[in-house]
Amino acid sequence: MANVDQWTRNKKIWHYILLILLSALIIGPFIIGLWTSLLPTADISSGNLLHSSISLNNYWEAFTQTPIIRYLFNSLLISFLTMLCQVFFCSMAAYAFVFIEFKHRNFYFYLVLSTMMLPFEAEVIPNFQTIKSLGLLNSYAGMIVPFMTSAFGIFMLRQAFMQMPYELKEAADVEGLNHWQFYVKAVLPYSRLSLYTLAAYSFLSAWNQYLWPMLTTFSDDFRPVQVGLRELQSQETFNNWGMIQASAAIIVIPTLIVLYFGQHYFKSGLNEGAVK
Amino acid sequence: MAENNRVIDPSGSAVKAARGGLDFQQLSVKKNDKGYAWLFLGPSLLLLIVFIFYPMLKTLYLSLFLTNGNGQNTVFVGLQNYMTLLTSATYFASLFATLIYVLAVSLLTIILGLLLASTASKNVRGSSFFRTIFSSTMGVSISVSAIFWLFIFNPSIGVFTQLAAFLHLPILNWSTDPNLAMLSVIISTVWMNLGFAFLILFSAFQSLPQSLYEETAIEGASPSYRFFHVTLPLISPTLFFVSIITLIESFKSFGLIDLMTAGGPNNATNLLVYHIYQNAFLNGNYSQASAESVILTIVIAVLTFIQFKYLEKKVSY
Repeated sequence: MANVDQWTRNKKIWHYILLILLSALIIGPFIIGLWTSLLPTADISSGNLLHSSISLNNYWEAFTQTPIIRYLFNSLLISFLTMLCQVFFCSMAAYAFVFIEFKHRNFYFYLVLSTMMLPFEAEVIPNFQTIKSLGLLNSYAGMIVPFMTSAFGIFMLRQAFMQMPYELKEAADVEGLNHWQFYVKAVLPYSRLSLYTLAAYSFLSAWNQYLWPMLTTFSDDFRPVQVGLRELQSQETFNNWGMIQASAAIIVIPTLIVLYFGQHYFKSGLNEGAVK
Repeated sequence: MAENNRVIDPSGSAVKAARGGLDFQQLSVKKNDKGYAWLFLGPSLLLLIVFIFYPMLKTLYLSLFLTNGNGQNTVFVGLQNYMTLLTSATYFASLFATLIYVLAVSLLTIILGLLLASTASKNVRGSSFFRTIFSSTMGVSISVSAIFWLFIFNPSIGVFTQLAAFLHLPILNWSTDPNLAMLSVIISTVWMNLGFAFLILFSAFQSLPQSLYEETAIEGASPSYRFFHVTLPLISPTLFFVSIITLIESFKSFGLIDLMTAGGPNNATNLLVYHIYQNAFLNGNYSQASAESVILTIVIAVLTFIQFKYLEKKVSY
């Protein structure tokens, strides 16, 4: 009996060692980044990472000498509006596929689904020309309009809407609700969780957009953080590491907080595709 | 209003009919429904057509022409752009580099993701704390990841260089050696991917039936036997899903390349999408970039199709 205890205890210790090692691997880059963001750039450049004085100077500099607040505001606005549009348009399309009978419904559904196979990255040239000819280069609209809907969102919400008890639709028909009323009063509230999931997912993917805003924005007035950081980096890399790291920290901390609270929705949303 | 004419159907046949399709009541509202169908589906359909279908056709079209710097077609050349690409050494180098990158990223993501998920799924005190840490890289965007790792890999002041100097190991030229530049991009991508892979694989581990484990434990199966013969087959659908998603995403990698290496040194990290960007927006060679886009689309369409087919079958052993 004592042997078994000893054995399980040893196993537990090894298990904790493994957990700590893996955690170090994951949070190592965070810690190095956050730590250097607190050091004076002169010390970073001379390799003096341990015996230095820490301060929040770099953060102060990043906030006052770079347009990072503007970048953050742009990102927040773009991501928020993209999210709202996605939730609205995807849920409407999904509603049509579940609750409205119309000609060639399956055809349209597969048409929408097939767009998941066509990567946006391969279509930037004509899209750039479209946005240019609409006069939307270097504007919020240029970064939002192409992403106002998504096949993934439509597909995910369709799965969710199909779980609704059909009796609800019957009752609504008896009450004489039209499609719009049923959509607003029953479908949206009933599928709240899936809508939150899509919201979290679309917000995050808009926030992480890189290629498109890089191609279509030319001024700090509209640049989101991802591209803004590139701007800062290309201007400052070789002389101001402390401030660059501080800017990275300013961007990553809010997303980590959002992730921490939104974890559940991400998980269920991602699993929507994985485990059916 | 046509809907008002509906009556309660005690036999429930309306339910069946509505699900199956035909129903006289449905027919009576069809005309009205058509308007609603366009109202609800129209916006999404329009957006998808303008920003996905039309550009795809346009790309295909552009790839058959020679285009000038303004993106105007000049001469129809058929498949010549494709021939030029497929006989170009730089394009082959780009394809090869992409293949190395994609395979390395996917394999490492899967293996490390499995390690993280299986370690975190054991019930020990504090395991939820470790789970939060393991999923934390999901909150890291491309530019932040690039900055963290650029500092770590920096050849003069970076952490790796300092560590090597401290340990009296040879100092590596992370940014000038083509192999090391590729390695640094792979490491940053895998690190960034891990949060996502962990979260999904962890959920798969959570849904494994405990009774099966107790059974195999009683039969005296070793942990490694259990892992390879019980766990892996059971989570194989999820494993497959994560692999395909990772493959697709790494074929589309752009941001990290742009920020960390800009395709260099000596084109060593000039992956497919970066090559398209270079050709189109830096060299103004729209026609060749379009041909490259079509090739990229085919690769990704095939992978996505495999994913759909597989998910449709809901494979489990």
